[in-house]
Amino acid sequence: MIELEELIEKFPDAVIDVKIQRERRLCAAVKREALLEVCRYLREHQGFDHLSSVSGVDYADRFEVVYHLWSYSKKKLLSLRVSLPKDDPTVDSVTSIWKAADWHERETYDMFGIIFEGHPNLTRILLAEDFEGYPFRKDYKLKENPWFPGKSPGEEQR
Amino acid sequence: MIQEDSDRKLARNAIFPAEGRMILNIGPQHPSTHGVLRMQVELEGERVINVTPIIGYLHRGFEKIAENRSYMQVIPLTDRLDYLSSMANNMVYVRAVEELLGVQIPERAEYIRVIVLELQRLASHLAAVGFYGNDLGLAFTAMMYTFRERELILDLFESICGARLTYNYLRFGGVREDPPGNFKEKAKEVLAQIKPKIDEYERFLSEDEIFLMRTKGIGILKPEDAINMGAAGPVLRGSGVKTDTRVTDPYTIYDKFDWEVVTGKDGDCFSRYAVWINEMRQSIRIVEQALDALPEGPYLAKVPRLLKPPAGEVYSRIESPRGELCMHLVSDGATTNPYRLKIRSPAFCNLSLLPHLAKNVLIADLIAILGSLDPVFGEIDR
Amino acid sequence: MEKRGAGMAVVAFLNREKFVREFVDKNPIIRWSRAKSPWMFTFGLACCAIEMATAGTCRFDGMERFGMLARATPRQSDVMIVAGWVTKKMASRIKRLYEQMPEPKYVIAMGECAICGGPWYDSYYVVDGVDKIIPVDIYIPGCPPRPEALIDGIVKLRKKIRAGETNYDRGIRYAEEKG
Repeated sequence: MIELEELIEKFPDAVIDVKIQRERRLCAAVKREALLEVCRYLREHQGFDHLSSVSGVDYADRFEVVYHLWSYSKKKLLSLRVSLPKDDPTVDSVTSIWKAADWHERETYDMFGIIFEGHPNLTRILLAEDFEGYPFRKDYKLKENPWFPGKSPGEEQR
Repeated sequence: MIQEDSDRKLARNAIFPAEGRMILNIGPQHPSTHGVLRMQVELEGERVINVTPIIGYLHRGFEKIAENRSYMQVIPLTDRLDYLSSMANNMVYVRAVEELLGVQIPERAEYIRVIVLELQRLASHLAAVGFYGNDLGLAFTAMMYTFRERELILDLFESICGARLTYNYLRFGGVREDPPGNFKEKAKEVLAQIKPKIDEYERFLSEDEIFLMRTKGIGILKPEDAINMGAAGPVLRGSGVKTDTRVTDPYTIYDKFDWEVVTGKDGDCFSRYAVWINEMRQSIRIVEQALDALPEGPYLAKVPRLLKPPAGEVYSRIESPRGELCMHLVSDGATTNPYRLKIRSPAFCNLSLLPHLAKNVLIADLIAILGSLDPVFGEIDR
Repeated sequence: MEKRGAGMAVVAFLNREKFVREFVDKNPIIRWSRAKSPWMFTFGLACCAIEMATAGTCRFDGMERFGMLARATPRQSDVMIVAGWVTKKMASRIKRLYEQMPEPKYVIAMGECAICGGPWYDSYYVVDGVDKIIPVDIYIPGCPPRPEALIDGIVKLRKKIRAGETNYDRGIRYAEEKG
């Protein structure tokens, strides 16, 4: 809890929302303009030295990039959320702070099309280079089930 | 943005190496790459200047497919992520959903889960040692020995859940079915057989001059680099960082047993191999204690068949044999399918260390370093 | 005598393919020898590759017993065992490796993913079965198939080679009918 309080104190207008989910799980939402400074502060002053993963989520009205930070010394996990508008999915890259973000951000770009500015090599990592489209967005449809066309797999179970 | 992509693509495809250098493609099909990995190696003579791993040859969009299945139907899909440690994959997904539901696990189920997860760690490390010998040129000899023991463990798994590789055993709230009546005796027999064999592997490999020359001092990873670059599991502990998700972020009852977290000394390939061997010994310790203390009772809590967990986000972390395996699960509370599922696979993060570790080494060392990172491409490419 | 021998050699040279078809491919001794030592091209992609490797270890001993040596290069192998799902990124490489194998060549599709796409049937990146790219002789169902099932498939392949029922032999018969 101390970490969240100090974070709100240091960046009063950048932090939108904080929550404690359970023990060892903290959540915070920040504005995307202040992301780099918040991350640098978290790593240097609060001891969150491990970037566990960077994941993108596609909601109906926005994209979200969630950074999961773990502190080896304090044994706490902080989930940092950044909301991006659908027509301008760009955010700063945190590779200068944690080198682990390199491949994770490339994968998020590959699957969602979220551009990370300042990334040293933002290219497709899992899909072929000439693949068109961003598969994990909700408007990209999968193939239909060849045996029960028209039904999703959860439906035919009933 | 699209224009920039194609320019970058052109620049990368027209590789003109400098004078005296050569680009070698260690292609997707290779006996020593543990699966489908393509490495573009820039060589000067026999020295590797830099290496670019190119992955994605096994990508199937697992996370997107999971959005098209109901919560229960995703469990057998998670088996096939890291196919050498299926129980761990099941566990990370089942823990995530249980956290969303807020379900209480019966005690017998917790003990069975610990037994099964530690046996899985044993089996996975045996396979890792076997395949590592394969890479270093021992050509199936190490595999013959370690897979002989692995078969005993797979027989135990077959008696529990009927499958040898992809178990689909864990369920929300417990396990799928009770182990058979004679499981305790058979498991103790198997462990008594495996324990002296681990000393045998140490005698064969750790004191072998050629093995030592090929792994000591190769691929040294400093602890600060390991933490900053996101290394996990034996790679992180081999560099001396004493951290284990079973202790620091408990997800089941590991604190009831008497065991230690294993670390290596130097951060080279030999330390990582030593971490595998010693973790096997610790796993045997844990399983023996758990078998002795196994209580009676129900093995599955009551959870509805067709689940609709409440809306929310969870991040569950467990310690798979390869390292810190995590899952970010988003549920929207309205549908029977998960809204978004993201797996943080330890082998993916370990593989991103390869360009850093393989600077100015020989090609044979490159293969030794890759083997010590223990990549499994089902979970790297997802 | 020499003239007749020389004549036969000239005829055989002019109709090389026919000579090979008649005297080599349909020869029961050649078929027996091909069935007794099919050299394997290790093309393990995913989970089924682990069961394929296990089938070669000491408990099952399913490879060396049937004359199956594991060669890492397609140029020296007869059988390609495709174990695992085939992605669109890998498909062109599989076709190229298949073309690099010398005739006669056989393909075994191991596991559900290589047969029909398996649990990833609705994926945007998985090819629905490897027989959309290369011709397959033996299909081994299972997810993953037990090593005993793989050995059963290998035995069936040997019987097929002996009987002359593989895709390679069908290709010969088709070429003959076309003339």
